[in-house]
Amino acid sequence: MADTEYRQQTLSVLVENSAGVLSQVTRLFTRKGYNIESLAVGVTDNPKISRITIILKGTDRMISLLEAQLAKLLPVISIKRLTGTDSIYRELLLIKVRAETKDSRDSIIQIVNVFRAAIVDMSKNSLMIQVSADASKGDALISLLSEFGITEIARTGMIALQRGDGTIYERTENVSEYEVGKIHD
Amino acid sequence: MVLRGAEILIKCLLEQGVDTVFGYPGVSILEVYDELYKHKADIRHILTAHEQGAAFAADGYARASGKTGVCFATSGPGATNLVTGIAAAFMDSSPVVFITCNVDDKLLGKDAFQEVDIVGISMPITKCSYLVDSADKIAPVVREAFALARAGRKGPVLIDITNNAASEKAEYEYISPDTAGSTGRLSPSYREKILNSSARPDGAAALDKAASMLYGAEKPLILCGGGVISSGAAPELQRFAEKNGVPVAATLMGLGSMPGDSPLYLGMAGVFGTSAANYALQSCDLLIAFGVRFSDRLIGSAEAFAPNASLIHVDIDRAEIGKNISAAHHIVGDAKAVLSKLCEHSSRGGNYEEWLQDIALHLPGDRQLLFPEKIIKEICRLAPDAFITTDVGQHQLWACREFDFTFPGQLITSGGYGAMGFGLGAALGVRAAFPDRQIVHITGDGSFGMNMNELGTERREKLPVITVLFENASLGLVRQNQRLKCGRRYSQTDLSANPDYIALAAAFGIKAERCKTAEEFTAAFRRAQKRGSGLLVCPVNKNDIIKPMLDKGRLKY
Repeated sequence: MADTEYRQQTLSVLVENSAGVLSQVTRLFTRKGYNIESLAVGVTDNPKISRITIILKGTDRMISLLEAQLAKLLPVISIKRLTGTDSIYRELLLIKVRAETKDSRDSIIQIVNVFRAAIVDMSKNSLMIQVSADASKGDALISLLSEFGITEIARTGMIALQRGDGTIYERTENVSEYEVGKIHD
Repeated sequence: MVLRGAEILIKCLLEQGVDTVFGYPGVSILEVYDELYKHKADIRHILTAHEQGAAFAADGYARASGKTGVCFATSGPGATNLVTGIAAAFMDSSPVVFITCNVDDKLLGKDAFQEVDIVGISMPITKCSYLVDSADKIAPVVREAFALARAGRKGPVLIDITNNAASEKAEYEYISPDTAGSTGRLSPSYREKILNSSARPDGAAALDKAASMLYGAEKPLILCGGGVISSGAAPELQRFAEKNGVPVAATLMGLGSMPGDSPLYLGMAGVFGTSAANYALQSCDLLIAFGVRFSDRLIGSAEAFAPNASLIHVDIDRAEIGKNISAAHHIVGDAKAVLSKLCEHSSRGGNYEEWLQDIALHLPGDRQLLFPEKIIKEICRLAPDAFITTDVGQHQLWACREFDFTFPGQLITSGGYGAMGFGLGAALGVRAAFPDRQIVHITGDGSFGMNMNELGTERREKLPVITVLFENASLGLVRQNQRLKCGRRYSQTDLSANPDYIALAAAFGIKAERCKTAEEFTAAFRRAQKRGSGLLVCPVNKNDIIKPMLDKGRLKY
């Protein structure tokens, strides 16, 4: 199998919202020694169901095998592989940056405006900036702000949804094959 | 009615038709054993010497009887002693429900006495691990666990019940296992679908494609694995092979799917397989695999495996398709259902005369048998219908290669996990399921040393088996590898100064004999057959090796 190209891949996984699910999912990655680059978990419109968005680097074959093992887990309801072109990616960042002088505060506020970010907290010596961004925008903002001295960053991890009418709930041939051996009421 | 959690557990086991459990008590599981005491007329508990032995016994019981095995252990060390047994059941897809009890939920995570996170530990080696921290959850979880252990690809499930859940009270109502699915994650319609599972709705097209691939093939080969045995598909497999005149090779886990004396049967394939089976694999142009997961011990190396063949992969577990070997076509479904439909859909593409003749050149001719091989042949002659359990090592491979298995499930061995010490526990489990059948446990001195304490169980629980011990005073299979790969540097594989096995067995109240020749063995084995039990020690030359063996697609002698 000539499939050696490592690239960034996204798996969107619907799981039952119960204890231990996250560790069941992540241990599959641990077992293979894969490092997860980004992981975001949140509840969906159905409070019993959460969506996990996982980003990692791997070959297509690696990800297919992982997908198959993931699909076998009882609490996993559905999996979708997303690609950069057909999906929207977003991440929320909170950045605390040093702003001890009026000049630096003004410059930061200008940058914040250009990036359509927001200042959510202000103290005598620092500002907290919130921005929702795709990967490149987030990185660009961080690089500009680092001039002033970033003291702390928190990122939610990337979430993603497929563009258009398609959803993770679509029934495909693959999905029904994976369901041999498990089901959800 | 309102019952204590432990009583609910026992009632739920009775719902599932459980009449035999294996285990070892402890303080955390006190309540459950107290309840078991009250139900001793309904459930037989077999007390082993070690939790690992109980796990292997429950596994052997499940494999031989086709029922779900049940195994109890207490918290902490009791639970962790099960781990190798759980992994062995997982790797060989054996349905066993492991039930452990933990400390009070208030003490969880506080490093209480004998507390361990067995749910976390067992997660990678079970289909699901449940933590039950209140009495009202016991019934739905137990019902779901039993359904899950048998659903799709079978496998072990673990339930960890906290002490307070076992002693608190909750409402219990009898539900028959046929409808129990509605209370858990498995819906009744789904249960029906998976238990009688068929080649799914789109089946016809997939079956037709498989049939036409077979019709077009010139050198077709069937490969059957453990899936054929666990789905009870052996009769369908035989019918399919005979109808189409296609030769059959088996994996280690698939031995017994095809009667050993069938003219179409080529024996075991794989690294330690027969020449004929491996020749056929390397030369076939179409490989139809049923319930096979293409383990590395089968394929050797993925690149060199069946280089000329298109693969049709039939498996109940979608995750196996394309995992180790890419398939040209696949069908996800139960082997029995797919095979019976495939039998209708297929028609014979040729008589494959030349192909069969080609393979026949590689069938074993008359050759000088090694002493251990002669012993296996002798067991096969004297006890052709006995259940055979093995441990792991050279003796296991000799047994797999030389015994002509006559029925599916006859061989009970730790194929995937290769857990030494598996066989004696498993044999006790088989005995518990079949009080009237012959059971022969074949072992080596290395493996026997791992769990020989279960001889005590054999006696106490009155579960007699015949143990045949190959004593070569070394870890033979490791030694063989050291001989071939490490320039004969035999690092830590010498077992000389073994115990006096005759005296050892006597201490457990078991009659033992040494058999230096095949004739002595025959006589001793007959005596053991009369008694139903015994330990027969056969001295084996430590330089005897398993050959041929497959290396990167080539047979090495």
